[in-house]
Amino acid sequence: MIVVEGVSFTYSGGVEALRDVSLTVKDGEFVAIMGQNGAGKTTLVKHFNGLLKPSKGTVRIDGVETTKTSIAKLSRTVGFVFQNPDHQLFSETVEEEIAFALKNFGFEEEVIQKQITWALNLLSLTQYRKTSPFMLSGGERKRVALASVLAWDPQILIMDEPTIGQDHEQKEKLRQFIIQLQAQEKTVVIVTHDVEFVAECNPRVVLMKEGKIVADGQGKDILTNLEALAQSSIVLPQIAQIFTQLTSLGFSRNVIDIYEAKGILLQAWGRRRT
Amino acid sequence: MAVIETRNLSYTYPGATKPSISDVSLKVEKGDFVLITGPSGCGKTTLCRCFNGLIPHFYQGELKGEITVAEKDVTKHQTHEMAKHVGLVFQNPENQLFALSIEKDVAFGLENLGFSREEMRKRVDWALNLTGIYDLRERSPHEVSGGQQQRVAIASVLAMQPEIIVLDEPTSFLDPLSAEKIFQVIHELNQTLGITVVLVEHRLDLTARYANHIIIMDEGKVCSDGGTREILCAEETRIIGVGIPKATLLYKLLGNEGMNLGDVTPLSSEEMAKLLLEAFGRR
Amino acid sequence: MKFRKVYSPIHNLDPRIKFIYVCAVFVAAILFGSILPLTALFLMQFPFVFLARVQRQWLRSLRGALFLAVFIFFTNFIFSFINAGYVIIASNVEFAAAMTLRFVVLVESFSVFFLTTSPDLLGLALEESHVPYEFSFAFTTAVRFVPVLAEEAQTIMDAQKARGLELEKGNFMKRIRNYIPVLIPLIVSAIRRSLELAEAMESRAWGATKKRTNLYGLTLHKGDFVLLGITMAILVVAFYVLLFVPVPTLTKLFL
Repeated sequence: MIVVEGVSFTYSGGVEALRDVSLTVKDGEFVAIMGQNGAGKTTLVKHFNGLLKPSKGTVRIDGVETTKTSIAKLSRTVGFVFQNPDHQLFSETVEEEIAFALKNFGFEEEVIQKQITWALNLLSLTQYRKTSPFMLSGGERKRVALASVLAWDPQILIMDEPTIGQDHEQKEKLRQFIIQLQAQEKTVVIVTHDVEFVAECNPRVVLMKEGKIVADGQGKDILTNLEALAQSSIVLPQIAQIFTQLTSLGFSRNVIDIYEAKGILLQAWGRRRT
Repeated sequence: MAVIETRNLSYTYPGATKPSISDVSLKVEKGDFVLITGPSGCGKTTLCRCFNGLIPHFYQGELKGEITVAEKDVTKHQTHEMAKHVGLVFQNPENQLFALSIEKDVAFGLENLGFSREEMRKRVDWALNLTGIYDLRERSPHEVSGGQQQRVAIASVLAMQPEIIVLDEPTSFLDPLSAEKIFQVIHELNQTLGITVVLVEHRLDLTARYANHIIIMDEGKVCSDGGTREILCAEETRIIGVGIPKATLLYKLLGNEGMNLGDVTPLSSEEMAKLLLEAFGRR
Repeated sequence: MKFRKVYSPIHNLDPRIKFIYVCAVFVAAILFGSILPLTALFLMQFPFVFLARVQRQWLRSLRGALFLAVFIFFTNFIFSFINAGYVIIASNVEFAAAMTLRFVVLVESFSVFFLTTSPDLLGLALEESHVPYEFSFAFTTAVRFVPVLAEEAQTIMDAQKARGLELEKGNFMKRIRNYIPVLIPLIVSAIRRSLELAEAMESRAWGATKKRTNLYGLTLHKGDFVLLGITMAILVVAFYVLLFVPVPTLTKLFL
């Protein structure tokens, strides 16, 4: 469980990135943190594994204050997948890459081997076990980075902009993957500005602006709340955009899912004909 | 008049076992706004680099078939020659800006071409104004946002006044609002200056509405090539796994269930909303 | 290191003229081995430092030179001490101090030059002085990417720390090995970046003509001519004093 209480954070250059932020993420939740560039989203999640320590307030992971423990210890519970996989990859083989964190955390050799096999399987990378990560394509490298973080089976997984540069299929696979993680009762936090992706996942959405949380609720409600979105410079998902323009016909604007939209429209159409 | 024409174009990178693009034949007319899309690895980035001569001159490798851009055989003209006719804007904003001030960056191409200072000043100011970043001209590229950086990149290409601008996933790293601004700038350039635009993108929900021509690639080959509305509505497109705009998909889904909203496929939420208002309003 | 655009009259001076001035100070410092003229040269830097408002950075660079300065003083002193038969002679101390001061003057005049010249202006000066364009381009591009690389290094360190890497742990050898997961991504990223930059350069007609033009030009202003005058004066006075004026040593004056 992640508990953030009254956290303010100022970078050494003087920039106040977080202002009195309070947030609780329960075990097994799926949260999307959204907002404009510079709103403080990445700054906030970097507090969850201790990379940043609050200037004011506290952050507790499973009851332990982040200032009272090390990044390495926190990372055992909180896995962080960075936006650019090339900022992590350095090993000669994919296998070694995945083993890196396991070795750092002091796992035993046979456990390491088991975890590597498991992680490779989970992300369909088994055939690349002995391949150099630098030889793989962009999408494959992203999966290697993800595998190397999942390998030690952290309870909480944070992903910073996981959909950047991904095509439609890859995003769909990611969405399915997160559902899988949820089934394993893992807590998933993503930082993103990909509205369509969030609309398809419909998680809890926390909206940030200028270092503060301006909205927190179910994706469906936040992503159709015109005022909140306009404030944080987020675009409405396309289905919501359509329904916002149909209020004169009596339709609710609280729709983000395409199949729900189809259902509503067909029903209304059927009624018209009778 | 076709500004870009390829015939059975195939290319293999040096050291690669199979070609990145095979047997690509396409035509882009003057003034077109072409969208090139397809799953990752389909060859769209490779194709872009053929348009301005990076392939074959910079990348070497094996190029087969014919390619004519701005009435020039690309294989026979150096990249710096092609640069006068085709501008290329890359994905990463940070890695295409070199100078310590934005206006010097915009002037980079013109300096390379040996323009006089007066002419350069005129063109740089013109390009900066067209892309809406005139006020940023004395700042360092590192100080401005990703969206502004991409506008600098577009301005620096625009300053050379090419007939064609090719953009390879220019908004990958940008948030949807900044991306929207970029597409609007490009759309303006296409409409008011008649510059032919070739845009490689995944985000069809934001871009489909601007394109009159779409090319879909998969595994190095061209799968579909034609008008945006027809192609996006086709079943083959959905199968390939391209991110069809939700408005278009909804139109199709409703059509499949017997709810006919007319013949014109919508490409944006505004168009779809209009169709629905008309359909429900009529009764 | 961020280059704040501090506009002082010194910052606006043509770097080429400033460089000539620094060379003149360099020559004058070499010409003299006694403490009085060297002190004069040292004090001459002060007005420039204060006009340019770079006192703090200048003092910091002085601190940096301190270690070597002390080393030079003691080496000179020890050798002359031994030579004189293990006796401290005042003139030897003065000589060691003079040598130290000469070193300081050399270092500090260059320091003033770099502190008061922004990289853009320096790059421009390089371009205008018929240095092959490749070099000035390499210089400005390097400066342009310093903050980018610094940020990237920080991100890479964060990413690896998040995988349990503890940079500060272990003995000396282990600590060096700890940096491999930081260095390799940094280097690979730098290579990838160079490739992308090269593509962008080619696409903007790099190499189209040998006669590259420049959006900006460097023209000499009043201040530059004033500085040129000062430089000439320094050289003239230096040679005059060297040839015709016997410079007394402090020892002779006070002891």
